Amino acid sequence: MTPVDGFENSNKNNQDGEDMSINTANQPSGLANVAAKHAAQKQPGNAPLGSGLEARGIHAWFGKHHALENVSLDFAAGTVTALIGPSGCGKSTFIRTLNRMHEFIPSAAMAGEVLLDGKDIYEPGTDVTKIRLQIGMVFQKPNPFPSMTIGENVLSGLKLAQIKSNINKDDLLEECLTRSGLWSEVKDRLGAHAGGLSGGQQQRLCIARSLAVNPKVLLMDEPCSALDPGSTLRIEDTIGQLAQTMTIIIVTHNMQQAARVSDYTAFFLSDGGPGQLVEVGPTNEMFSRPKDERTENYVSGRFG
Amino acid sequence: MSSTLVNRPATPEPREITTKPRPSDIFFRGVLTTMSLSSLLILTLIGLFLSFRGYQAFKTQGFHFLTAYDWNASTDAGQKDVFGLGAMIIGTLVISTVALLIGVPLSVLTALFLTFYAPEKIKKSLITIVDLMASFPSILYGLWGFIVLMPMAEYWAKLIHKYLGWIPVFSVPQPAFTRSPFIAGLVLAIMIIPIVTSVSREIFGQTPLDRIQAAYALGATRWAMIKAVVLPFGASGVVGGAMLGLGRALGETVAVYSVLNIVFKANWHVLYGFGGNIASMIVQKWGEASLSESKALLAAGFVLFVMTLLVNLLANFIVRRTIKSGR
Amino acid sequence: MTTLTATRVEPQKPWKTTPKQAIPNFLMLGLALIATIVVVAVTPMKGKLAYAFLFFVFGTSFQMFLTWRKRGKAAAVDTFAGSVMMTGGILVFLPVASLLWTTIAKGFKGLGLHVFTQTMATTSYSDPLSKGGLLHAIIGTLYLILIATVISLPLSLLTALYLTEIKGRASGFIQFLVQAMSGVPSVVAGVFIYAAILLSTHLRGSTFIGALPLAILMIPTVTRTSQEVLNLVPNELREAGLALGATQWKTVATIVVPAARSGLITAVILGVARIAGETAPLLFTLGTTDKVNWNPFVGGQNALPYYVWSGLRDGTEGGVQRAWTGILVLLIVVLSLFVTARVFGNRKAKR
Repeated sequence: MTPVDGFENSNKNNQDGEDMSINTANQPSGLANVAAKHAAQKQPGNAPLGSGLEARGIHAWFGKHHALENVSLDFAAGTVTALIGPSGCGKSTFIRTLNRMHEFIPSAAMAGEVLLDGKDIYEPGTDVTKIRLQIGMVFQKPNPFPSMTIGENVLSGLKLAQIKSNINKDDLLEECLTRSGLWSEVKDRLGAHAGGLSGGQQQRLCIARSLAVNPKVLLMDEPCSALDPGSTLRIEDTIGQLAQTMTIIIVTHNMQQAARVSDYTAFFLSDGGPGQLVEVGPTNEMFSRPKDERTENYVSGRFG
Repeated sequence: MSSTLVNRPATPEPREITTKPRPSDIFFRGVLTTMSLSSLLILTLIGLFLSFRGYQAFKTQGFHFLTAYDWNASTDAGQKDVFGLGAMIIGTLVISTVALLIGVPLSVLTALFLTFYAPEKIKKSLITIVDLMASFPSILYGLWGFIVLMPMAEYWAKLIHKYLGWIPVFSVPQPAFTRSPFIAGLVLAIMIIPIVTSVSREIFGQTPLDRIQAAYALGATRWAMIKAVVLPFGASGVVGGAMLGLGRALGETVAVYSVLNIVFKANWHVLYGFGGNIASMIVQKWGEASLSESKALLAAGFVLFVMTLLVNLLANFIVRRTIKSGR
Repeated sequence: MTTLTATRVEPQKPWKTTPKQAIPNFLMLGLALIATIVVVAVTPMKGKLAYAFLFFVFGTSFQMFLTWRKRGKAAAVDTFAGSVMMTGGILVFLPVASLLWTTIAKGFKGLGLHVFTQTMATTSYSDPLSKGGLLHAIIGTLYLILIATVISLPLSLLTALYLTEIKGRASGFIQFLVQAMSGVPSVVAGVFIYAAILLSTHLRGSTFIGALPLAILMIPTVTRTSQEVLNLVPNELREAGLALGATQWKTVATIVVPAARSGLITAVILGVARIAGETAPLLFTLGTTDKVNWNPFVGGQNALPYYVWSGLRDGTEGGVQRAWTGILVLLIVVLSLFVTARVFGNRKAKR
């Protein structure tokens, strides 16, 4: 983890990491508590070695506009990292450089490296479709393919990439839907069209779809912002389960969500220029005693 | 304070808002409405006059006008004229089918190419060229088709006949390959490409971006994405575009007339050198038509009018529905 | 891992194929070329078609092979699809190129100053090209355009105004009618005018009669484009006029229409371009002449498309050559109209 220059907060915390300061204006309401609870409950997982992702010196441009400046972040295998920050600070741009979706915009350019398994995914000659099979993505707005049934949607990744798999398709279907928490609700109507599901169900379908190609890393770009609280909580449970076997990076506007689900949190900020990584650290530390004043201002609600 | 909570006044009915219309505005509305209905007037007049004048032909020929194959203006006073559009309707169908079969796939490929494959820098110029193609006069296609395309098309027809002549539609009673429905269909295909490409391109361009991104995020190649997302989305719009092209092909006159050997006989053999469609037949027979024959020609015009009207209305309906529903 | 300080980082696009990476592809294309030449030499397949077809087959399969080895089946299919797309695009642009090239090359031969100053009054189509010209056809076309515009513009504009300003209950119906009208084939419009006017009265073909079917063809185009243009006029302008106490018609006449002026001109230009090249309706309604005819109501007329048509039907070498020259002039006219409309429309949009 690469902290950026900041200064020490006057330490008002007790040994458990809870903020004991009397000045309640400085206190993010229970965020630190939530984060601490998550840290305490975290189970060790069995994420495969090498499923960690490292971003080194990432810059992003749209034409002449410098959108992201010198972001370096490591994502350890089996962890959940939340990217937080106000709108427009480059979080979504950053996450899109991680699975090479940034390059779809015609004016896009970048610099830096993203290492998966030690290998730079931007290396010339890399097959980008294979990269995307290993680094999956779930989007803000659920987008199942309307011309396919539920079952076909889940398995669509295999078809699109023409992956020959010896695994029984039905087993894979059930496994992915179970992992994303949707199996019990749709197991009797796998042949129905995906459009009939609710928003939360569609998003879980999209998660199942991403799982079917067995990615090492799952990127989630504000996956719950278009959903109701009930679906949101269900998906957050799912994230916790998924982190056992893969690395998850989630962009979120909702700090409570970041506190609930993530092990590490990275705070992005733009002062009108390119977005920058201000600070990154274990979630409960970020919310209780952040090292940078800007981080503290954000998590305590002073802006954003 | 508390009494207002108990006794809330009833919500009033909305007031009717009227204004005294000014004479100039009434006049204004009246003029606009009348003038707009002029298009209704024109369409109705077209239908009326053509059917009225052609009525006699329908009356004497009966339904056979559409199905009979002979067109004989009798020169003897005592003989009855026999007019039957059948051969020309078949000719229209044959030529239009060839045009669609060649033109629509090429248009779809071009539309996909322009939307998803063309480099940004030349995309705009290519689109402009296709649009310009739509503005070429049909007589240009006729002239070019006759002088430039004909020799090549004849060669291709011979090739097709050599290798595929065992298929009935490609056989020919005699080796006469010049000025065939195949060549006419080829010219028409080129003529309808701009409009079908344009409509298809518009539809493909409206494919929802989030679905496209979802496919790519799953590791799809460009073609896999097109097959999974773009084609299901745009299929009905492309059908609408194809029907618009068909509408154009049905009524095409001078291009067909320049290229095709207009003979009034049904011809299924696409490679065999004669044929016609209703529009070109009307032109061919016009010069020396007797009075009753002209009436029959007008009736033929009426049939053509109805055909193109139906096809175009259906096409517009389909295209509009696809764009609106954004499916 | 150090943080970069003063070094400026350059934006890159590592996903773009570098020339070095493209070398195997060029190699494959070269191999395909060799294979094509060999096959053509050895088998009975001959001619340009054989070359093109074989090159496509070999080029595509070799590229597919390369991609299959490197990236697997899905990528190979993608390569095939890309190749087909590009071929489709080429197949479409070839006729366009040929049309333009032939017109220019062949038409140019017959050009000369006399072409624009003489008519065919004393020349026949098969006479040498240094005699005769298409002045009468140009004047005829201009006349037809003028009359057709005078007739169709008021109708189109008022219809468009109804649809955008009044939006009455008949709007859906009228919209539908305009659509239906746009599908009427030009030959039907010509036959209609013939049936309605020439058969019922003693009138013979003339410029005026010839302009009528052209007006019918023009109305849908001009209406539709005018409608789009009028809809672009911001509502604030209309509201400003009404708020000042103006009546609706005054608002429309003095504010809305002038605001849309350049767009409306574009609409007219597009309509004119549509009809300038129409031949079929003229065959029924124009009568014909080889001289310049300034009278729109009496006596036949000629026009550029008709001139071309006559040359083609004449069939002699001279006739066909004149047809090419006429078509060149017509094409220049039509293309200039379109380019003007485009430039005009873009300039307006920028404002």
